[in-house]
Amino acid sequence: MKKRSWLALMLSSVLVLAAGCSTSQQGGGNDKNAGFKLGLVTDTGGLNDQSFNQISWEGAKRAEKELKVDIKALESKRDEDYVPNLTKFAREKRDIIWATGFKFEKPIPEVADQFPKVHFGIVDSNLGGKVPKNVIAVTFKEHEGSFLAGVAAALTTKSNKIGYIGGISSPLIKKFESGFRAGVQAANPKAQVQVAYAESFTDVTKGRSLAKNMYNGGVDVIFHASGGVGKGLFDEVKTREKGKFWAIGVDMDQSALAPDHTLTSMVKRVDTAIFNITKDLKDKKLEAGKHLDLGFKEDALGLADSKHMSDDVKKKVEEFKQKIIKGEIKVPKDENELKSFK
Amino acid sequence: MSQLNKQSTIVTALISIFLAMIIGSIAMQVAGYNPFAAYQALFVGSLFQAFDLGETIRTTTPLILTGLAVAIAFRTGLFNIGVEGQMIVAQLASLLVGIKLNLPPVLHMIVAVLVGGIAGAIWGFIPGFLKAVRGVNEVIICIMMNFIALYLSNVLVRNWLSEQGTDSTPKIPESASLRVDFLSEMFDSSRVHLGIIIALIMAFVMYILLWKTKRGYELRAVGYNPSAAEYAGINVKRNIILSMVISGFFAGLAGAGELLGTQGYMAIQSAFTGIGFDGIAVALLGANTPIGVILAALLFGVLTYGSQNMEHVAQVPPELIRVVVAAIIFFVAANISGILLGAVKKKRRAKES
Repeated sequence: MKKRSWLALMLSSVLVLAAGCSTSQQGGGNDKNAGFKLGLVTDTGGLNDQSFNQISWEGAKRAEKELKVDIKALESKRDEDYVPNLTKFAREKRDIIWATGFKFEKPIPEVADQFPKVHFGIVDSNLGGKVPKNVIAVTFKEHEGSFLAGVAAALTTKSNKIGYIGGISSPLIKKFESGFRAGVQAANPKAQVQVAYAESFTDVTKGRSLAKNMYNGGVDVIFHASGGVGKGLFDEVKTREKGKFWAIGVDMDQSALAPDHTLTSMVKRVDTAIFNITKDLKDKKLEAGKHLDLGFKEDALGLADSKHMSDDVKKKVEEFKQKIIKGEIKVPKDENELKSFK
Repeated sequence: MSQLNKQSTIVTALISIFLAMIIGSIAMQVAGYNPFAAYQALFVGSLFQAFDLGETIRTTTPLILTGLAVAIAFRTGLFNIGVEGQMIVAQLASLLVGIKLNLPPVLHMIVAVLVGGIAGAIWGFIPGFLKAVRGVNEVIICIMMNFIALYLSNVLVRNWLSEQGTDSTPKIPESASLRVDFLSEMFDSSRVHLGIIIALIMAFVMYILLWKTKRGYELRAVGYNPSAAEYAGINVKRNIILSMVISGFFAGLAGAGELLGTQGYMAIQSAFTGIGFDGIAVALLGANTPIGVILAALLFGVLTYGSQNMEHVAQVPPELIRVVVAAIIFFVAANISGILLGAVKKKRRAKES
């Protein structure tokens, strides 16, 4: 009995202390900054993922420099962290809160509903077509960019065997695959594409073993859309003969990972998109509640410049790009559309 | 004697936490951060506002249940490292009940929770059964079962349950949700849910079961010494299986709570959440007692949820809190082995004299 009363005393004293601290904290915590404020919540990949989150953060940093926007980021460790992280920024009344990645497609509408006066942005999801009034949904026409990567691969291969390594086989990553295969088919019908999925976005070893199998089987160009798994592809291609085996990067220019073996990269300019939309929101040129599907026209996608692509290849790539912009080629988004593609 | 031991576990835990926090602050100092600001942000950010307190309780809820799951297996001399997988199958089962069945509100929720618990129990039964009947090491099977659960759920979510064009399932309807208005309102619309009440009830159930029933005595006897228990006429195999089933049931409730209360949907996962593995640390720190598990889970809940705020307010990376967590485990484990050694020595001396 004695022990219990002692415990109760401890607990109550902690509570009293807590009450005291909380009032003092509220006074000091609110600094009233008048400027435009941006918050960015990453998915579980973290800020330095050499990929998606990192480029998004680049865009935010550019906004800080050029637009004098106050920026802050929160990294999510688990899927359950998305809602509290978004809420934290929303309660600070940040003007735009960016969420990077399709993993946010359930949390965003939930939080947006609770804070109708705060603007949210989500990258890589159209929220199933139902975009709340205070949300901007941004997607990219990855299939079109991947199509160009397919063209570059098809015109570079000597063995007519091309590889594709995907991350988790979700609709988004299938979009990359469909576009890429269509591009190969359009530029070089004789070439075959081998497809493999790592079912992970982080397993570097798996990426390397998939790449090794493909190269050993005669494949000489591999494109990946697999986040961190792709590092394994670059680790593997580096060990092989220069000028014969190639890797194609994704999301950002990945040539630094294997300078002599990177044919090019399919660049998704998430940073430009985040910067432009933040700017338009700040200047009140853009209303929320929209879905923006960005492509070549907005200069949101493209192949990274590379000395390894011959001029002929570059010319062909440009030709196809113009055809897509004009609407002469309709790039397939999924497997069904790919089947009916020419 | 038992009184003495109990006290020393609380003391061990407190000393370990204290030492670990010192280690953590040294790490922060070395990395160039202010440890006082960091700890202040950690505790202020997790406890002092209704929303944050609610989210801390939400983080604590599954930790209590996974802690209990590990603890009850420990009591029977088993190491259930498969809590993670048991949670995942439970989430899957609860989700199926949630979106495929049409039931009236309260009943729907109860059925979904129970089915989740049972799914976890079945996932715990398999390693328990193999351990008891075939003598296979339960640790290895549990780890394998974790991967089966993870990838099975990914395949099912992707090919069967996901909405067109996404990689996550639809949300469960209100009728199956563990979230209730009065709790959400009390905590400033945070995601705290009825799972916390389930968790506390289960802690009580475990106490009654282990210390107030004959069955519980048998379970503990098997944990102390299986050979002696068998000699005394206790069916060791049955108790091993039972222990894993109960353990799996607790883990299943943790999964059901996460799905029906916190997330409301399932997405393709590329890795484990780690809540099940944290349960091992919770059980260890809580000395495998229900009260200890609740307190330890609360501490881990505060550390986990508060570390996010630490990053937000004091710019200290939350990884440093994992250093503190690891240090706590380290100190507790080291001390426990010390106590055990001491106890063994004393027994020997008693025998000799």
